[in-house]
Amino acid sequence: MPKTNRSPGTGRIAQQFEILRSQGKKALVTFVTAGDPGLNYTVPAMHSLVAGGANLLELGIPFSDPEAEGPAIQAANERALANGMTLAKVLDMVAEFRQTDLATPVILMGYLNSVLAMADFPQRASQAGVDGLIMVNLPLEEGAELQQALRAVNIDVIWLVAPTTSDERARDVVSNASGFLYYVSLKGTTGSGSLPVDEVTERTAYLRTLTDVPLCVGFGIKDAETARAVSAHADGVVVGSALVQLMAQSADVASATERLRTATAAIRQGIDA
Amino acid sequence: MAEPTVEPVLSEVYDQPTQGGRFGQFGGRFVAETLTHALDGLAELYAELKDDPDFKKELHEDLAHFVGRPTPLYLAERLTASLGGASIYLKREDLNHTGAHKVCNTIGQALLAKRMGKPRVIAETGAGQHGVATATVAARLGLSCDVYMGEEDVHRQSLNVYRMKLMGANVIPVTSGSKTLKDAMNEAMRDWVTHVDDTHYIIGTVAGPHPYPMLVRDFASIIGQEARAQMLQQVGRLPDVVVACVGGGSNAMGIFHPFIDDAGVALVGVEAGGHGLHTGAHAAPLNDGKVGVLHGNRSYLMSDDDGQVLETHSVSAGLDYPGVGPEHAYLKDIGRATYAAATDDDAMAAFRMLNRQEGILPALETSHALAWVVENAPKMPGQTILVNLSGRGDKDILTVADIDGITL
Repeated sequence: MPKTNRSPGTGRIAQQFEILRSQGKKALVTFVTAGDPGLNYTVPAMHSLVAGGANLLELGIPFSDPEAEGPAIQAANERALANGMTLAKVLDMVAEFRQTDLATPVILMGYLNSVLAMADFPQRASQAGVDGLIMVNLPLEEGAELQQALRAVNIDVIWLVAPTTSDERARDVVSNASGFLYYVSLKGTTGSGSLPVDEVTERTAYLRTLTDVPLCVGFGIKDAETARAVSAHADGVVVGSALVQLMAQSADVASATERLRTATAAIRQGIDA
Repeated sequence: MAEPTVEPVLSEVYDQPTQGGRFGQFGGRFVAETLTHALDGLAELYAELKDDPDFKKELHEDLAHFVGRPTPLYLAERLTASLGGASIYLKREDLNHTGAHKVCNTIGQALLAKRMGKPRVIAETGAGQHGVATATVAARLGLSCDVYMGEEDVHRQSLNVYRMKLMGANVIPVTSGSKTLKDAMNEAMRDWVTHVDDTHYIIGTVAGPHPYPMLVRDFASIIGQEARAQMLQQVGRLPDVVVACVGGGSNAMGIFHPFIDDAGVALVGVEAGGHGLHTGAHAAPLNDGKVGVLHGNRSYLMSDDDGQVLETHSVSAGLDYPGVGPEHAYLKDIGRATYAAATDDDAMAAFRMLNRQEGILPALETSHALAWVVENAPKMPGQTILVNLSGRGDKDILTVADIDGITL
């Protein structure tokens, strides 16, 4: 099986993985929900995640029916919506972040109905400085049109591969990959269960035979230890629910950003060790 | 029962969905990647079994001896006389075991689960009828069963909750979001994505990702197949109009589907108008929604300008859902079916009329279809209306007593 060799992209995602590869480092990808726990938390949180050692930022688009999320991110979605969050406000936050950070890729993650409701989403997202999009409920078969529209404005659609994805299907997904591939480490919702490291190792090794596109692993990675175990077999790891919980438990923006920075640095150390 | 003797009159025979579970622009499969494998497997198994003589025989025997089919077609004489217009025939789905049409689908899907060797089934439920129907077949086949139900529905349908428990099912109250049917469905999806290896998710309506809208429709279509043959046998002609209530739309698809190629038969779905379409407090996405994606399919959906799904209102828990099956969206757009709405008050009035004039307590869901009949039958002298009396109202007695200010 010949590998799919992607010409290196010119966007921030490709550049970031290029830099990390040249330094022999793995990517730390962090997730927080936009507008949670308060509207004024998100942009400072993004900067402190970068300060703590995050290389790519995922920002959740709050949605009323987040059917693939575990309790932590469900609660974050409800809080954010109660704060009046909308997709337009998510884009404003990205634009504000971009005023002082032009290097760190920002990837929006959410559910298709949010994006469908904004007719000119590709243009507006591109103008705000968005680099990638992960749609939890958009499998490859349904996503060709959106991927094409976003490719025209240099936004990568990032496909997910699950433990249940067959080899044949994985080849289809891989051949349409852009940005990076997101391997879902467990059968379950975000932040749930215990990580089956052996299975992750086996599946990521198989995916590696198919493609040179960067491979990140997420769902169920909570701390430095699990991050280290998984990053050995991938180009990066995604941490979400643990950070979301940390923010929810913080008294104010200052303490939330400080705790985020510390937690991110600890996970960074685990990966680099 | 007599075989239908009327040939389809349309030049093209209706054959939906197309590849990938599409009904025109509607339907499809919008789910987390983890579930695509299970959905492929389910679609393949169903394709193998749907025309398999052994499977059909097993299904038929269960429907005959466990459920009690065929259900009668009944001329509602006093109601017909009092409305003074069209003749009104009721397809008595309230007489199914467990009290509604839902069991036809759960029997079919439980047999599929058995073939797949899955020892556990899960379901979402609103009014509790689908939950009861799932708990029933799980008990009969010895499957373990968890039913997700919005916390608000757990309170307003306490009788059905207890029925499920009596049959050994575990009822899990859902406290997220609006605490109703849509949130129960979210929670069932989360369960399924976690336990996909040993669990079959019995979706209770013609929604969800492909192949569910097709699968549930096919199992529910026994309603229309029987009713069509019974009309020909008992009345000697097909009805002028077929009417059914629409929440997700399984009872309506079940009775509509065998009539789709009969161009002379009008198909009317009745959504929950709640406090009135103009108030926004309703559950009528085909009347007042926009195209969107929720729970695995593209269809009409009640959502705001930001794509957030809106909370709905209906007196009937089973219609209190912001989406609708994708095939209904398609039938609306091609003009083959029309969709009206009945308010809570109109449904309650129709409920009481059937109580007093026919000695039947219909489900509050079904009462929405009857409200359309009460309004329109007087304008249709000489015509015939076939109503899907989709369920019985025993489960709603506490709700009705509450409206009457009575504590039982």
